[in-house]
Amino acid sequence: MDFTFNEEQTMIQDQVEQFIQKEYSWETRQDLSNSELGFSNENWKTFAELGWLGIAISEDNGGFGGSAIETMLIMEEFGKGLVVEPFLETIVMSSAVLDKYGNDEQKTDVLSPVINGEMHLALAYAEPQSRFNLSDVVTQARAEGDSFILNGFKSVVMNGPSANKFIVSARTSGNQLDKKGISLFLIDSDVNGITKTDYKTVDGRKASDIVLENVSVPGESLIGTLDEGFEILDEAIDRSILAISAEAVGAMEVLYKTTVEYTKTREQFGTPIGKFQVLQHRMVDMFMEYEQCKSLLYMATMKNEEGADDAKKAISGLKYQVGKAGKFVGQQSVQLHGGMGVTDELNVGHYFKRLTTIGTIFGNADFHLKQYTAL
Amino acid sequence: MDLTFSDSDLSFRREVVAFLKNEYPSDIKEKQDKRVPLEKEEIIRWQKILHSKEWFAINWPTEFSGYQELSVTEKYILQEELARANTPTTIPFGMGMCAPVIYSFGTEEQKQKHLPSILNSDVWWCQGYSEPGSGSDLASLKTKAELVGDKYIVNGTKTWTTLAQHADWIFCLVRTETTSIKQEGISFLLIDMKTPGIEVKPIITIDGSHEVNMVYLDNVEVPKENLVGEEGQGWNIAKFLLAHERSGIAGIAALKRELSRLRELSSEIPLGEGTLIEDPQFRNKIEETDIELTATEFTELRTLAAMSQGGSPGAESSILKIKGTELQQTISELFVEMLAYYAHPFYLENEIGSNETVGPDYAAPVMPHYLNYRKVSIYGGSNEIQRNVISKAILGL
Repeated sequence: MDFTFNEEQTMIQDQVEQFIQKEYSWETRQDLSNSELGFSNENWKTFAELGWLGIAISEDNGGFGGSAIETMLIMEEFGKGLVVEPFLETIVMSSAVLDKYGNDEQKTDVLSPVINGEMHLALAYAEPQSRFNLSDVVTQARAEGDSFILNGFKSVVMNGPSANKFIVSARTSGNQLDKKGISLFLIDSDVNGITKTDYKTVDGRKASDIVLENVSVPGESLIGTLDEGFEILDEAIDRSILAISAEAVGAMEVLYKTTVEYTKTREQFGTPIGKFQVLQHRMVDMFMEYEQCKSLLYMATMKNEEGADDAKKAISGLKYQVGKAGKFVGQQSVQLHGGMGVTDELNVGHYFKRLTTIGTIFGNADFHLKQYTAL
Repeated sequence: MDLTFSDSDLSFRREVVAFLKNEYPSDIKEKQDKRVPLEKEEIIRWQKILHSKEWFAINWPTEFSGYQELSVTEKYILQEELARANTPTTIPFGMGMCAPVIYSFGTEEQKQKHLPSILNSDVWWCQGYSEPGSGSDLASLKTKAELVGDKYIVNGTKTWTTLAQHADWIFCLVRTETTSIKQEGISFLLIDMKTPGIEVKPIITIDGSHEVNMVYLDNVEVPKENLVGEEGQGWNIAKFLLAHERSGIAGIAALKRELSRLRELSSEIPLGEGTLIEDPQFRNKIEETDIELTATEFTELRTLAAMSQGGSPGAESSILKIKGTELQQTISELFVEMLAYYAHPFYLENEIGSNETVGPDYAAPVMPHYLNYRKVSIYGGSNEIQRNVISKAILGL
């Protein structure tokens, strides 16, 4: 049993921490979030130079070959800075899929541009009716000669506006809810037949709804084996749950600490409000929720890394806890900041908003409790 | 004990339903049903329609409203039907807050001057209570009013002032004297918003809306006759008003409407081969909320019954404030949960209701509403303060 990080891991953690401290003031973050692009290309280049964009790609394919621990450390620091650059979407959700399952052509086309910070990706898995069920897929891909013709609708595709390529799940056989018969395709975001509606999301990021209308792609666009895409998708989402949970842990840490500091300085009735026992206990609960999430995060990350039999169960347990704790910590941080907590000006409300979307993304607490029970 | 409605109650209900069918303007209804924020003009128009039927200032003594008195049951029926039809919430600051202060504590001149224009929705009021340094500890307020000749010179800053951008007048708690007991130096002052020296600055909240404001008062001259009650009586008036404010705060009828809407919509959301309402986890939350809501409804009815027999809304109104706001937050949260990913696309007030939004047509206002409702456990005396009130006043701790 060892909960310490090795030298390399500690170095990355320090690097990211310093980047946030030096380059990511709250005002900068807000300006980036409110900009047309929604993040900074310059920052993205910096991530590339520091080697972070290759973290989920193996050394054989020119990446850093990092483990899930490195991704976890990066994401936790990103959570503290409420970083809006689409690291989760391009790197964690998508690049690792192509690293492991992409054909040679796909790897050549994508991996080195991604590592160099020249390409963005998005994983288009959700559909209006699917809720959190990855195998509920209506979008169809029909083989026609050497091509596939895709028709369907993908909803709330995170990083959709900036993605140069999408990984799309589509049904190649079977019924709407079947796991078997789902295939993944890598397609250009500007290919004929795609209509994209881009929008801001409540957490200060961006997403798209995507209509696919007779989108014709070559046979080589298939990722992995025909009809066997579900396992790839499921693995990608598990990895992404670990990453987004790390982000949540970082955000919760900032929130509980910010709230503690605020209650030390905010005076009412002639005394700092942090002296009131009811608020002290509330903050102790916030702190404990954060610690509990961190424990499950470490546990689940290591189990997934080791390929343990119960890794999936651990991941669902973690996401359940993150959903529940994120809501509690977020809501109470706002409550304890009083009116200031609901202002757009203060960062607290924005951390709360990100924790709110994290609670839903990849399945909410109810969904993962059900998964946990079933596993 | 009797829970049945009399024949005359039932006929009153029919009257309300018929009135709403005929008199609720379709343009306002359409906006309300889409949850699009209303313009000032639309709110005023609706209030005037209610007033023409004597259903606006229903809690005023009839000598001031000129209305025919409604029974407690009729008021309950009216509020239920108004909410069921999703009519706009009336703005409480004039009719529900300032007017009761004026008819209870004001001079004859003040009554003559202000009550008719409030009743007729010709003057929009806002509330100048909170200050940057005085939230839960309202009595620590610092806005100073100094009597010079026949005028008060007012200096200070008010915050969280709801819809001050629309207001013609503001009622303020001000400090007229520095006393050792801070409550004793507070007075209640009516100020015309057009007076030189007043500046209103918007505060944008996490839902992206402009609802609250900072109000800066810089050497604002207020005629002495705008003082309500005696100098130093402001705190007692404020306590009276807070009890008034809380007694309607539970908003039960609107919550019943929203909960049944949640049931309806979640039975249309696909989940595997069924719908979301068939999901036991989600269904349990709806039913738990339903039970809590029913309990709160009957707690309110018991309080109202006691009041109609001459009781005054005391610390019991704190129960309603806590339970009502918790329910508002829970239901707004269940809407977010229901929508899942489609709660995330984010639109500003002026985009809601437009054709540009994605997802189900009711989706766009759901998240802003959830975020906005974080305020309800903070305003009107935070729920922590309300619990202090109950523990002190009811439990004697």
